[in-house]
Amino acid sequence: MADRIKLQVARYRPEREAEATFDEYEVPCPKDWVVLDGLNHVKDRIDGTLAYRWSCRMGVCGSCGMMVNGEPKLTCATFLADYAPGPIRVEPLRNFPVVRDLIVDIGDFMRKLVTVRPWIVREEEKPLSAGEYLQTPEQMDDYKQYSMCINCMLCYAACPVYGLDPLFIGPAAIALAQRYNLDSRDEGAAERHRVLSEHEGIWGCTFVGECTRVCPKHVDPAGAIQRYKLTAAVETVKAFFMPRGA
Amino acid sequence: MTPSHDVVLVGGGGAGLRAAIAIAETNPRLSIAVVSKVYPMRSHTVSAEGGSAGAIGADDSTDEHAYDTISGGDWLCDQDAVEAFVTEAPEELLRLERWGCPWNREADGRIAVRPFGGMKKKRTWFAADKTGFHMLHTLFQTSLKYASVVRYDEWFVTRLLVDDGRVQGVVAIDLQSGKIEAITARSVILCTGGCGKIFPFTTNASIKSGDGMALAYRAGAPLKDMEFLQYHPTGLPFTGILITEAARSEGGYLINKDGYRYLQDYALGTPQKEPVLRTMELGPRDRLSQAFMKELEKGRTIETPYGHVVHLDLRHLGEKKIDAKIPFVRELCRKYQNLDPVKDLIPVRPVLHYMMGGVHTDIDGATPLAGLYAAGEVACVSINGANRLGSNSLTELLVFGARAGKAAAEHASRNLEISQSVLGQARDEHRRIEQELLNKKGSERIADLREEMQKTMEESAGIYRTGASLMKAVDRLRSVQERYANVAIEDRSKAFNTERVSALELSNMLGVAETIVMSALRREESRGAHQRTDFPKRDDKRFLGHSLVHRNPDGSARVEYLPVTITRWPPAERIYGEAAPHGGSNKAPGSSLPS
Repeated sequence: MADRIKLQVARYRPEREAEATFDEYEVPCPKDWVVLDGLNHVKDRIDGTLAYRWSCRMGVCGSCGMMVNGEPKLTCATFLADYAPGPIRVEPLRNFPVVRDLIVDIGDFMRKLVTVRPWIVREEEKPLSAGEYLQTPEQMDDYKQYSMCINCMLCYAACPVYGLDPLFIGPAAIALAQRYNLDSRDEGAAERHRVLSEHEGIWGCTFVGECTRVCPKHVDPAGAIQRYKLTAAVETVKAFFMPRGA
Repeated sequence: MTPSHDVVLVGGGGAGLRAAIAIAETNPRLSIAVVSKVYPMRSHTVSAEGGSAGAIGADDSTDEHAYDTISGGDWLCDQDAVEAFVTEAPEELLRLERWGCPWNREADGRIAVRPFGGMKKKRTWFAADKTGFHMLHTLFQTSLKYASVVRYDEWFVTRLLVDDGRVQGVVAIDLQSGKIEAITARSVILCTGGCGKIFPFTTNASIKSGDGMALAYRAGAPLKDMEFLQYHPTGLPFTGILITEAARSEGGYLINKDGYRYLQDYALGTPQKEPVLRTMELGPRDRLSQAFMKELEKGRTIETPYGHVVHLDLRHLGEKKIDAKIPFVRELCRKYQNLDPVKDLIPVRPVLHYMMGGVHTDIDGATPLAGLYAAGEVACVSINGANRLGSNSLTELLVFGARAGKAAAEHASRNLEISQSVLGQARDEHRRIEQELLNKKGSERIADLREEMQKTMEESAGIYRTGASLMKAVDRLRSVQERYANVAIEDRSKAFNTERVSALELSNMLGVAETIVMSALRREESRGAHQRTDFPKRDDKRFLGHSLVHRNPDGSARVEYLPVTITRWPPAERIYGEAAPHGGSNKAPGSSLPS
């Protein structure tokens, strides 16, 4: 195995250049180094101006998503050695506006997330003194998978629908809506239905399944979307026969 | 126009978000700003694995939780704070259940609790082995429903604005655009977490640079008990990834190079096949880390490219149990260390995990500086004393995040004017950042200075300290501080200038490192996580007190002492390995603190 590997890193400084260029850096490549370790080596030892996000280096904070050789990846969980002999091309996540170098603007997702009301909605709350709402392990299994989303945005970078139609609410936001819809403690499905059943919502997805393939946490957004389409179809029929307020 | 809010929260992790919700619910008319250098869901709370303590078992009581906490903290906890903490813990955890946190359940649907190191009863609530992740996302998503919470995502706070003896806002850099702005407020709550990146081996994320501690200290608020830093005994080398205590509470063994369960040599009980609470591998964290150092001295550790390690052995648990109880541990080992705990030994070493000390607050999160509050790891209330018990910190950020939120809301509801002069201070700060960090040509690499600081702290102020090692650290840190004046910043861009942030973080860390060393130097005893080989015994007569480090006008540090609040549990010896007594002697503490 080669002990060094070349990284071709996308650079974009809005004050200096109109579009991205690539800088090449050679970094060490021990067996346990990930792409992020390579970038940290660049920043600490070669070029302090390189800008990217990272924090936990253990695949749970969701900061370090980038395109690695054209695939959306968490760079803290992507070993350099798997790409030997290189070079490795590192670019910002696709489908987002680039702020600087490897940093993208995720404001669109943050705004869409709020619209699906990702919190427990209840008509009435029993007092804390009455103890917990019972929820069996089986009931938890209904939504648990969708609660594992770390908001890393790899699914948006992989989604061909989002790429073409920025109004599409997108895989993670829909999965998180389902996370609450399927929670036995929640009563907010009807409210979320109004957002999710709009054109840009659930019907935008053509079930390409790329989101599920790239998800580092096995959330299966594509499954969430398909499952919701079925519910939504039933709800729409119900709404036709039983109009609101009837 | 200068943005203005009633309360500014610095930091958007567990404590910050819990505080934000508390404020919104206390007084819906208050405008709340969450100012964080990362998006809230990236905050380091996300990495906590094991769980969150709150007594709910039929065989458990808040008194027992209090006793475990106080004895675990080597009697340096303030007992009134601990009593409030254990009393409010179960309702805070339950509130999180209301908000949707997927706590693990029993078959009948009730909350499940599990055992944890240093706790005599099962009282740790958990969400698989991603407890912090689920708590953070539950809090974040719940916070989205409050229209009064305004977020400043990816804004880095560089200074607190103080006038007329009270805090009136912050100055922050909007990282995306690079613009520097004042944000005024009648109350400010620091919720920035810990400072683990001061040390080379740490479980802490790269963002944990003690920013809030440095902000408070520079603004004139004292830091408390800064000499108490907890090492976690089982981190992976190189990455510092934490292998949760749950791996040991499910029955993992710690063995040296001879395959020997060495903890039996350090008064931690006799090895049994099944895990026994408070003995051997389930002893407290500080004692386990110290045992590693002794094994290292005896030459019984294993050498690797990343330094010496011992082994955590989970193989006897079998694949089924590992996958059912601690799947995250297996996932981490496979993804980051390329080994499988089902058949391989896990190389582990003590890694810096948690800062017991922090910004000095009272039981409501208030600092001595009017208008300034702190909660979570950045603060020192103190419920953690000389050593924090595992699974108390997640609960702490709920209980004291809520308390600080309520107190700050009350303060902000009073009719306090913002002084005109703070806007002048903001302009000065603007100028300082531009001059010192954008238009400057230095020659010292940030990474070199950071590594020198980390090495200094590990060698001189790590698991074991002496007066001589700490004096050496003072000199070495001073020299790094001098070199920092000549730091190189190649990045001239305003848009997302991460090099400028790294320089500011380094400056914060250097300030906090100095307070750690000065506090450690002053405490001539060994207690909990603070182990002085030149003063190996606990000395209640001189040091049953909190250290408070103040910044003198000339920038030097001044250490004073504050008595510990003792309510019902007089100091006794910390005993592990056999049944520890409840309470110990009834002798009054009678301590004479150094002035």
